[in-house]
Amino acid sequence: MTRPLAPPPRKDPQRATRPPELPPVQRSRAALGLTARAARGVFALQVCGACGTVAYPPRDACAGCLSTELVFRPVADGGEVIAQTVIRATPDLYFRDRTPWRVGMVRMDCGPSIVAHLHGDVEVPGRCRMVARLDKGGNAVLMARPETWSEAMADDPEWRELTAHPKFRRVLVTAGREPVGQAVAAALSKAGAAIVFVGIAEPWKPFAGEAQLRAIPNVQIMPLDLTDTASVHELAGEIGGKTDIIVNTADHVRPGGIVDANTLVAARDSFEVNVFGLQRLAAAFGPGMRSRGADGVNSAAAIVDVLPVEALGNTPGFGFHGASAAARHSLLQCLRAEMRPGGVRVMSVFTGPVDDAWRQTVPPPKVAPAQIARAVVTALAEGIEESFVGDVAIDVAARFAQDPKVLERELGS
Amino acid sequence: MTTAAATSGADLLQALAAGLVSGSVEIVDLAHTLSPDFPVMVLPPEFGQCQPFRIEEVSRYDGRGPGWYWNNISMSEHAGTHFDAPAHWISGKNLPEATVDAIPLDRLARPAVVLDFSGESAKDEDFLLTRAHLEAWEAENGAIEAGSWALFRTGWSKHLGTAKYLNLREDGAHSPGPASDAMEFLVKERGIVGFGTETIGTDAGQGSHLSPPYPAHFILHGNGRYGLQCLDALDRLPTRGALLFAAPLKIRHGSGSPLRVFALVPRAED
Amino acid sequence: MVSEAPPVRSRSPAGNPRRPYRDVAVAVPVSIPYVRYSNETAHWWIARALKELVTRAGIRPVDLDGLSVASFTLAPDTAVGLTQHLGLSPRWLDNIPMGGASAVVALRRAARAVEAGDASIVACVGGDANGIDSFRKLLSSFSRFAQDASYPYGYGGPNGSFAFLTDHYMRQYGATREDFGRICVAQRDNALTYPQAIMRSPLTLEAYMNARPIADPIHLFDCVMPCAGAEAFLVTTADIAADLGLPHARLLSTIERHNAFPDDPIQMRGGWAMDVGELYAMAGTTPDGIDVLETYDDYPVIVMMQFEDLGFCAKGEAKDFVRAHDLTNAGSFPQNTSGGQLSAGQAGAAGGYLGLVEALRQVTGQSLSRPVEGARTALVSGFGMINYDRGLCSGAAILQAGAA
Repeated sequence: MTRPLAPPPRKDPQRATRPPELPPVQRSRAALGLTARAARGVFALQVCGACGTVAYPPRDACAGCLSTELVFRPVADGGEVIAQTVIRATPDLYFRDRTPWRVGMVRMDCGPSIVAHLHGDVEVPGRCRMVARLDKGGNAVLMARPETWSEAMADDPEWRELTAHPKFRRVLVTAGREPVGQAVAAALSKAGAAIVFVGIAEPWKPFAGEAQLRAIPNVQIMPLDLTDTASVHELAGEIGGKTDIIVNTADHVRPGGIVDANTLVAARDSFEVNVFGLQRLAAAFGPGMRSRGADGVNSAAAIVDVLPVEALGNTPGFGFHGASAAARHSLLQCLRAEMRPGGVRVMSVFTGPVDDAWRQTVPPPKVAPAQIARAVVTALAEGIEESFVGDVAIDVAARFAQDPKVLERELGS
Repeated sequence: MTTAAATSGADLLQALAAGLVSGSVEIVDLAHTLSPDFPVMVLPPEFGQCQPFRIEEVSRYDGRGPGWYWNNISMSEHAGTHFDAPAHWISGKNLPEATVDAIPLDRLARPAVVLDFSGESAKDEDFLLTRAHLEAWEAENGAIEAGSWALFRTGWSKHLGTAKYLNLREDGAHSPGPASDAMEFLVKERGIVGFGTETIGTDAGQGSHLSPPYPAHFILHGNGRYGLQCLDALDRLPTRGALLFAAPLKIRHGSGSPLRVFALVPRAED
Repeated sequence: MVSEAPPVRSRSPAGNPRRPYRDVAVAVPVSIPYVRYSNETAHWWIARALKELVTRAGIRPVDLDGLSVASFTLAPDTAVGLTQHLGLSPRWLDNIPMGGASAVVALRRAARAVEAGDASIVACVGGDANGIDSFRKLLSSFSRFAQDASYPYGYGGPNGSFAFLTDHYMRQYGATREDFGRICVAQRDNALTYPQAIMRSPLTLEAYMNARPIADPIHLFDCVMPCAGAEAFLVTTADIAADLGLPHARLLSTIERHNAFPDDPIQMRGGWAMDVGELYAMAGTTPDGIDVLETYDDYPVIVMMQFEDLGFCAKGEAKDFVRAHDLTNAGSFPQNTSGGQLSAGQAGAAGGYLGLVEALRQVTGQSLSRPVEGARTALVSGFGMINYDRGLCSGAAILQAGAA
């Protein structure tokens, strides 16, 4: 049985914060194929296109027939744990600070034997289900979990290293004026966040849902205007030392392309929120979070950005909005690399068109704020770096993976 | 008056300078500090929006500039304590000298009268200043001089930093302002150079429901007059006798400008 | 022009029978005393071993016309750079990156070179540096599969890998920690008779059982002590050895195998199991004919597997074997007579040489440890390179006392 996580004690001001060491980060190029899929929570191994052999560890040629046609594909995730060990001594600085560390050897139903992190509730010998996730260094690792999963198992310390679970963590939601931010705040509170700071821009303007937002347990309203550098830094000065997760739900959306009307002011407004807002958050909160990536149960864990899937392909009816999404996506790639030394994850939650006033003319299916909130909590609790909310986002992502140029042509017609 | 007219400009300026040095003439700052959290006019979101004041540090004795400190600033022409030129409104779009760069220089310093309706405004957040109110005011205080600024004192600057300043509700903003007959009276019958307010605009919060909509904007600018808004410290001005300096930035074809508005006043008698 | 691929054969091509070794002599066992940490480089340790070799053989460095090198810590050099570094001009040069299998493989290759006349006197040397933190750095660049699929999981290094094998072996065959302890305790007894062993104090079974856990079920005394050092020997013809007046052993047989039994879900046997019949047949002997056994012993579980795979007992019965035998030099089954790596220390690739050099001393009457009585025939086994989840290289050789 997983021992339930205890609420962390208040920080001892006389003790040095544990530095954020990373697990071994070197990987081969082939292994990055595993990482690319683990980033989306997919357990996929190389399968030989010639003979069907499932290969592991990742390699460049099939050990069954020497073919070089190896393709990552989702494979059967069941297996038998045939041996285990508990690492109690290691020269590695990351694991040294986290021993005892349980590891298992799993004979997969699909063929190979896999050395994997071993969830505390898996019995040896016994059945397990393999999942692929990113470790603190941003690389794929495999973990053997019990065949049936229950929420109580999320407290397993090895599993928690692979996630950014909101339980007992202090979260900042950046755009509380909007339904998405409000839904996310409610969901995080329900998922066990210790505090949900909710940023409100221009507090002198009333907004719909304010009373309900204030009534959510553990919510604290904070002034935060992502377009105002001073405002972001002031908030970071106040809560930056205890912000463990940021969920950026801000999205300034206006319809319009770039030829038919003079939309530069609106475009600039979009970029101020969507692009520079993210940059201001990163600059104000990033350094503090990066230094607290290993600070115990409520260590700094993740920056989640909720962004439109138009980041992957422009929809001309919302042309400059899509451009800001693409810029945002690019900044997230940069941020991911910059936060990695601190073991802080940067997660992208791509959404289809949100069901709001701005997207009245967009045909369904559209995404409800509650759907986005569920996806944010899932991304954090399950350690998913890239997730896609709603049918449109899933569809666009699939088409992007197939051929970005075809996607451009389809979205543009 | 005849004495002043007989005095040479040099003597006048010398006397003024002496008054400033001795303190018998004081300067009252009527401008709020430009800061990012200063509210701006709220329009329905499908319209283009007024950009609030923003400031980004370029360097501060650091790697970006080791020996100096400076910032880049950006804002709407109508952010903070600001000046509206006639071209700001459609009614003034065809007038000559309608943009801030073309304003005749003699308008930059003008006498001001203060119309104190702070008591009425405290009781009624939608207080409308009417011609009748002005006539009553003149009966008590004398006629408003042509060529002067009419400053509408409502006490509203005290609400800055609170939601009451814009006082937004689902049906829009609620703050005092002039009725159209008051503007017609001030502009056409009294010939004021402009109308200044403590609120976010020269019009009432509910001014869009008046006829014409936004009568202060419509009538002032349609007749080549100016607006000043977000003024501070009107309670420190005498009803008459203040000399108001309101010089907008010289922005090519600009519709308005943030500015430092101040007034010269005689030192209050002890 | 595209050439047409020939049809795939339904069976393997015809075989190529092994030729026996003819008059290959193995001589001059050299062990440079190990130290736990050293500032000296692999080049330094190897030079010392070669110097000792030529001095004791009574030859000049230029007389070494063959050189076989095994080292993990020569980088950025290889055996090639070492020739210029040390002023050698060999006409035959080998670099054996096989860790614990290096000595057996070096011997196999050198033997055929000498036999063919490609070289006359081959120096086989294994040596490694060990500075503070160098073990960690060595591990981190060990192999691609380890980097991708082993280290990110707790980074137990070889301890973690052998913990799996040990855990599985115990579950499968009912071996207990005490059984492994018997091997470690006996080897410590042997080490106490070997003046160059790193571990100098006696080990009791109780102390073994009470040692701190490292990677369950591996405890402290299941692990070798990484250190710096070098080992070496000469391979030449019987005629040359006799001419130089060197006591030597004859090489009777060898085997070598890599990545054996890849379909085993976890390592339960080494490559020996594939080739053991050939090993004894070529030597014209059986397990009963072996007087001294030197196994590769980075962990006791692999010693048990060697007992089984080399035919001293059936698979799974090594636990009974160790309960039934005294493994000390004076015992019924002398094994790892200088203490093995578990007690003598593991000087990197020299660890692969330890057993061969010790066997050579035992069968040529040059023993530094307590001599095994009547030792004429020795079996030396090598095992190395945990590339991912198992050791890939295995080999073995049988030496027999030759004329002085």
